[in-house]
Formats: sequence, C-alpha cells, structure tokens
Amino acid sequence: MTLEKLPEDRLENELADKKPLYTEAEAKAEADRCLYCSDAPCIKACPTEIDIPTFIKKIASGNVRGSARTIFEQNLLGYSCARVCPVEVLCQGDCVYTGWGRDPIQIGRLQRFATEAATRPGQAPVLVKKVDVGVAKKRVACIGGGPASLAFAGYLALEGHEAVVFEKRAYAGGLNTTGIAPYKLHADDALHEVAWVAALGVEVKTGIEVGADDGPGRISGKKLLETYDAVFIGVGLGADSKLGIPGEDGPGVYGATEWIEKMKLEMTRAHREEVAGKRVLVVGGGNTAIDVARECALLGAADVAMCYRRGVPEMSGYAHEMSGGRKEGVRLVGHVQPVAFVRDGGGKLTALRVARTDASARAIAGTEHEIPCDLVALAIGQSKLSAVAAALPGVELDKRGCVVVADVATCVTGNAKVFAGGDCINGGKEVVNAVADGRNAARALLARWAGK
Amino acid sequence: MADLSIEFAGIKSPNPFWLASAPPANSGEQVMRAFDAGWGGAVWKTLGDPIMNVTSRFGGVDYDGRKLMGLNNIELITDRPLETNLREIREVKRRYPKNVVIASLMTETKNDWKVLIRKCEDAGVDGLELNFGCPHGMCERGMGSSVGQEPKLLQEITSWVKEFAKTPVLVKLTPNTGDIVEAGAAAVAGKADGIALINTIKSIVGVDLDRLVPLPRVGNASTNGGYCGPAVKPIALHMVAALAREPGMIPISGIGGIATWRDAAEFIALGATSVQVCTAVMHYGYRIVRDMIDGLSEYLDAQGMKSVGELRGRAVGGYQEWGDLDLSYKLVASIDAKTCIGCQLCVTACHDGAHQCIFTGPDDRPRPPHAHAHGPAKAPRPLPLGAVAGARVPWIDEPECVGCNLCQLVCPVPGCISMVEVPNGEPETWNERVRQGRDKLPGGIHEGN
Repeated sequence: MTLEKLPEDRLENELADKKPLYTEAEAKAEADRCLYCSDAPCIKACPTEIDIPTFIKKIASGNVRGSARTIFEQNLLGYSCARVCPVEVLCQGDCVYTGWGRDPIQIGRLQRFATEAATRPGQAPVLVKKVDVGVAKKRVACIGGGPASLAFAGYLALEGHEAVVFEKRAYAGGLNTTGIAPYKLHADDALHEVAWVAALGVEVKTGIEVGADDGPGRISGKKLLETYDAVFIGVGLGADSKLGIPGEDGPGVYGATEWIEKMKLEMTRAHREEVAGKRVLVVGGGNTAIDVARECALLGAADVAMCYRRGVPEMSGYAHEMSGGRKEGVRLVGHVQPVAFVRDGGGKLTALRVARTDASARAIAGTEHEIPCDLVALAIGQSKLSAVAAALPGVELDKRGCVVVADVATCVTGNAKVFAGGDCINGGKEVVNAVADGRNAARALLARWAGK
Repeated sequence: MADLSIEFAGIKSPNPFWLASAPPANSGEQVMRAFDAGWGGAVWKTLGDPIMNVTSRFGGVDYDGRKLMGLNNIELITDRPLETNLREIREVKRRYPKNVVIASLMTETKNDWKVLIRKCEDAGVDGLELNFGCPHGMCERGMGSSVGQEPKLLQEITSWVKEFAKTPVLVKLTPNTGDIVEAGAAAVAGKADGIALINTIKSIVGVDLDRLVPLPRVGNASTNGGYCGPAVKPIALHMVAALAREPGMIPISGIGGIATWRDAAEFIALGATSVQVCTAVMHYGYRIVRDMIDGLSEYLDAQGMKSVGELRGRAVGGYQEWGDLDLSYKLVASIDAKTCIGCQLCVTACHDGAHQCIFTGPDDRPRPPHAHAHGPAKAPRPLPLGAVAGARVPWIDEPECVGCNLCQLVCPVPGCISMVEVPNGEPETWNERVRQGRDKLPGGIHEGN
C-alpha cells in the first residue's frame, strides 16, 4: 500500500500532544516506580489483557523492543491504544497506586514509549511472520480499515495467511485516522501504524466500498464470500445522527464526527478562522461531544458550550475528559433540549433555540430561549451501517442495528465464514475494544483452521 | 541533648563521625570545609610515596532508579607530594585543634614507616591508621590488602609501627579474607590501639556490554577495584560485630556503607566507637553530617541514653551462634486488610520464594500439604475485605506460615504486614538438643562425640 503523505499545514497540527513521548530517562524513572504486582489489576482492566507489569519491567531493564513485543502479542495496535485509550478508567484506574491515593503508573505513556520506535519505518521488525503456516494458506478479507480489521488482518498475516483490508475512504485506520482528538493522536501517526500493520503482510486497499454489487471502487459481499476463506466486518458506525428540527440543514451545523474528520484531514491552518473567535455549541453529553468541544476551545473559539438534555451525573462522557475540557474553557449547559436553529435573512446561523427539560429529559413548554452561536456540532450518536450486513447472507442485525455475533470471544456472526468486531457490534466503544474483537476473531479462526 | 563526644583509644573527638581515608579527605581545604559542616574527624587520604592514577576510576551500581547503591574505585593512595599534605595537616590542626586528624599510611620498609610516622606526628596528627586494606593497585606492590590478608605480616608491620609511634595506632582491615577475627587478633597481637574496618571489597562493578570491557573502563581494559557504599553495610556490620564480641578487643572504628545516623547507630550498637564515612559524602557532600549528628542525638534522647557511649556495644550480646537461637520462638505473618493495596507481591514471593502459605480470594485453596513441622494446611478463614484492595486482600494459612518475614519485606505498604509472636512451648536451642542427645551434628563434631 502507498500512503499519501498528509499535508503538514493541517489544522490538527496546531494542537500539540497533551502527553508527549517520554524521554528514555523519564520512561526508566516511571517504569522503576511500578510495583510489579502479581495477578495485576491493570491487566484485568485492559480489554486486550496486555501483560502490563512485564512490558513495564522490560522498559526498566532497557529491553524496549521486547517490551513492544509483549504489548503486540495481546494488542497489535498497542501504539494507538497507548495514545487514545481512556487509561484513567481502564488500566491506570485499577493501578493499586490509584486505590492507595497515589499517582498511578503512567501506563499509557510507557506503552507509547515502548511501541513508538517499534512501529516507525526503518526499524528491524519486532514481530516475525511465520513462514511455515502448518495448514493450507488461507485468504481473508476485511471490510473497513479501522482498528478491528487491522488487528484481525495483522494477526492472521503474522501466522502466514493472506489478509486484504478494503477501506472506502482514501485513508485507512478508521477513527484513529479520522476521529481521535489531535492532542491525543494525529492522523499521520495513525497512518504510520497502518503502514506498520501493512508491512506485516496485510494488503490495504483504500477507496473500495463493499456493498451489494461489483464495479469500479465497489466490491460485492457475494464476491468476497466466493473469493476469501473468511470475511471480517469492521465497518464501524455511519453518519452522525441529526436532531430533525427546523433550520438544521444549512451552513454552520455539522455532525461531530464529520467536523472532526474535516478538521483533521482537510482544514489547514488558514481555516482556523472558521473556529477561532466563534461561539460554538455542541449538542450531546458523550465523549465525542467533549472531544469536539475541547478541540474548538483549544483552536481559539470565543465560547464553547455543551448543550445536554440531562445533568452531569447522567453524562456518558468521562469525568476526566470533562474536567480537562472545563480547564480549557468548555462550559456545560445542562437540562436543555434543542427545538430549532435560528438563522438570519441570509441563512446564517445566529442561535440555537432550546427548551429546558424536566427530570425525564422532556422539553418543558414555555421555557424556550435562544443561545447565540456561530457553529453547532451535533454529537448525539451515529447511524448504523446496515448495507454491508445485508450483502452477506446469514449476518443478522439486532434491533439497535448492530451486527450480531455469537460472543466476543469468537466474534463469529450468523454466517460461519463471517466475523465482525468493533463499533459495528457494540454500538460504539473504545479502540481497544475493537482491537480485542479483531484479535479474538483471528484466534477463533486460527483455532478452527487448526482443527481445535 | 545526649553527649555525642567520644574518646577513641585516647583520641578525643566532638562526635563519632569521621571522614574515611578517601577522596573527601584528600586535602586541607576539603577537610576544613568538612569540619565546618560538623564532622568530628577525618582520616587523611593515605600518605606514602605519591602514585600515578588512571582514568576513569569509579563505577556505580544503581538499583530501580536510585543511584550509587554501590560504588567501586580503582583510585590509589594520594597523588600529592608528602610535604604538601603535611603542611596542610599542620594548618588544619592549628585552625581546628578540637577536631581529629588521623594520618592514613601505607609504605614498605621498616625505615620508610619510621620516617613517615615521625613526619606525620611532627605535623600534629592525633593518630595513625595503617592501610592494610586497599584491594587494588597497591596490593600488587606488596602493600594494602596483601598485608591485611597475611596475619603474620600484619602483626609484624603493626609492631614496627608501634615501636616508632607516639600517637595511637589504628589498623585498617580488609574484608577480603577468610576470617576477619584472625586479622583482628593479629592487630591486637601487634599491639595496635584500635581497629578500623572494613576497607573496600575486591570487585568488578560491571561490564560495558557494547564494548565488552569491564567497568570502570580504562581504554580497552579495566581491573578489579574496591566496592563500598550502602550495598556493603551488612558485610561490614557482621565483621565489626564478629570482632566486637572477641574478648580483649581494642576500640573499633566502623566503616562500610554508612550514610545516615541510623546506619551509624547500628555500627555503634554492634561495638564501634567511631564511624567513618566515604561514599555517602562522595554522593551528597559533607552536609549529610548535619542529619547524622541531629538524628543520632534525637535517637539517644528518645532511648533515654545520655551519651553515645551508652549505646556502644548494646547489640553485641544479641549476636549469637545459630545453634543458640530458640527453636521454639514462632512468628506468623498477619496482613492488615485495611491498609493492604492488593498488589499481591506477598503472594508471589511466598509461593515462589518461600513456603507457600499466602493465598488469594475466598476460593483459593492451599496446594497439597507440604508437611512443615506445624501441621497440615487448614481451610481458608473468612476473607477480610480491605478498604482499598477489596477482595484482593490475601489470606495466610497460619499453621503453614514459617514466619520467615519475606512477605513483610516485599510489601510496599509500611505496617501492612506484621509478624505476630505466637506461643509455642518452652525455649529450646539446637545446641541443647545436641547436648541432650536428641539431635546430632552431621560429621560428629559436637561435644562428647
């Protein structure tokens, strides 16, 4: 695969890492602080169950490549996970130091230290691809180029099988490339990781959409099932949901993931004025809402307010993210429900009309008022991509629209040849959950092929 | 405030803290700054025929991010002209008459010793310390530890020195010997007035794994050096105690890994009259003596001791042969569920490194009984739930616990694991069992056999 180099003057590069790469001395000092717990709680808190104390002690001893290997054995995308995982509520949240009232080991930063060099071009590989497969070489296809597919494809490629990833966008990596807050992970770093997985023997085909029929830039589910020994669905979620209220269509109103993708990949520094000095409203109380709000605040918005129909206790966004946002100037307008977008005669957005909500989050008549704004981002969920499932016989969707799998230990769908993982089965969780699904599906498939 | 002053074989010192003969006591300017900081005395960097040194000279051992747990050196004795050192010693004694200056000496022939001693005593030193311990460089020339390792030679040269010396004579011993008591006895037989120990331990501090050359590296080679610092303290404590409990022993100046008042108090409790410090000063400077003075004083006050002399040797009686220890004395580990953080380091340590008696969770069961003296494993007690660690608080199968301390030693939480004394019958020692014929010594060397 060839990676187009992303332009350097993209707007997201205005936002620097909040947790920069440790120096060797910093990593050693932090690694030395690890107690090396037995049966460590941090391992259990990690959806991919990385052997965290072991990789940390390898850093302490100076065995950084071995440390990366320990991480990749359980989590092939350990590099991006190191940077995007909500470690505060996962491994670091369960570090015994946290319970002891002390600073937890900075597991995410140590994991980045261990994996960053290992995933950069020009490094001797830390993972060795199997030459002798032991069984007939198989071919697998992945639909969608995000973390779940990359993990699935990468683990199978390492075992000597052929894996192809079909990505409809111009860039693979999924939300790692298009949707992570820049101060956690920039798109080019995500693409470095994609290239590293590709170098393990995964063919990444961008600009190809899987659907009902074949054609230029398109391939049908039927064709995939005929051509490949197994198919993995890792399509993630679809377009941002809309409110369905008057004035919604028109300039100034964006879906949150749509805007983040545009900001990360398309907008240049010259476009900063579209945010800087502007009044931004974000509708929603989840992590995507907080991400958009923080990004706008850091890019210099004059005012950033999150409008949420319930209160702080009900927010699905992480407390540590909201706390970070507040320090950057994000404020929360709780217990309001948008009822209309207000535009001037020229169609320019001027305000969001909201009503206060009652205890059941229902609008209270007569409480409508306007919150002036120049830009609104809608972070109230994403639609489900059901077309792919429909193109694969036997694959079923639940009533939420999520692909049904037997269990997350195998991730096998109603069609024994088809596996699925990531946001398309869970409705939207973390990157690390997607990686766990892809890895589990790969292991289940390998066990099947081995006749176990 | 307790009285910290001491008298060592007639040498009066305002406190027991002396600089050891080493780089921190290399020159008058340094020694005077040390005295200003509070050091009671200094043993001057060893005088003799000036030598040439190599580069580099020191190597360190770090542990889990802490620097200089151990220090190794291949530096030799003073490289400064004798007359310069003597002039500075005279000046230091003129300005600091109440502080102790001891000349460390190393030379070869009887006449060399005679001349060197006369010059040092003329310069006003309070005493002499014979360097029979240096394990690198000088020993290749028949001095240093090559003397300390030969009791007859040690005694002979000591008696030469005593023939000429008017001031007290300390013999500095090397730990690079099979039996330190033999070396100590030779010093006493040579009529020494005091003993100083330990000198450094013969060592290779590490290997440069890129160049594959030992450290510290001198070009493409290295040599064995002398090891010191906190890592050697237990070795030094044993040797000091082994000599202190010998009948007729002369005053001891304790050396080896002393960095705090607590270290010093341990040496004094095991029989040292003064203590000498080097590595900690090389690491942190003369200023460390402020806490040493203050901390020792606080400790003595808290113990109700009016002087440092009251502490001296108080732990010597507790140093006994293994065969005289009480076999019936029993401790079992106890985990405080309220402070346990659930790291379970004790579990792994006990299972892999000790006696398999700490378990996790209500469903964990002891492995098949492994027949320690105290009976079979019992079913788990109700699990104590900790404030922090919750269900991760381990539990102890008390009948199987041998009271070894390992769990307590690895526990990161102060006070979480305590060793609790449990009643266990009448005191009885191995030697008593042997005397009563209820046990025998393999090899049949016990009394009456």
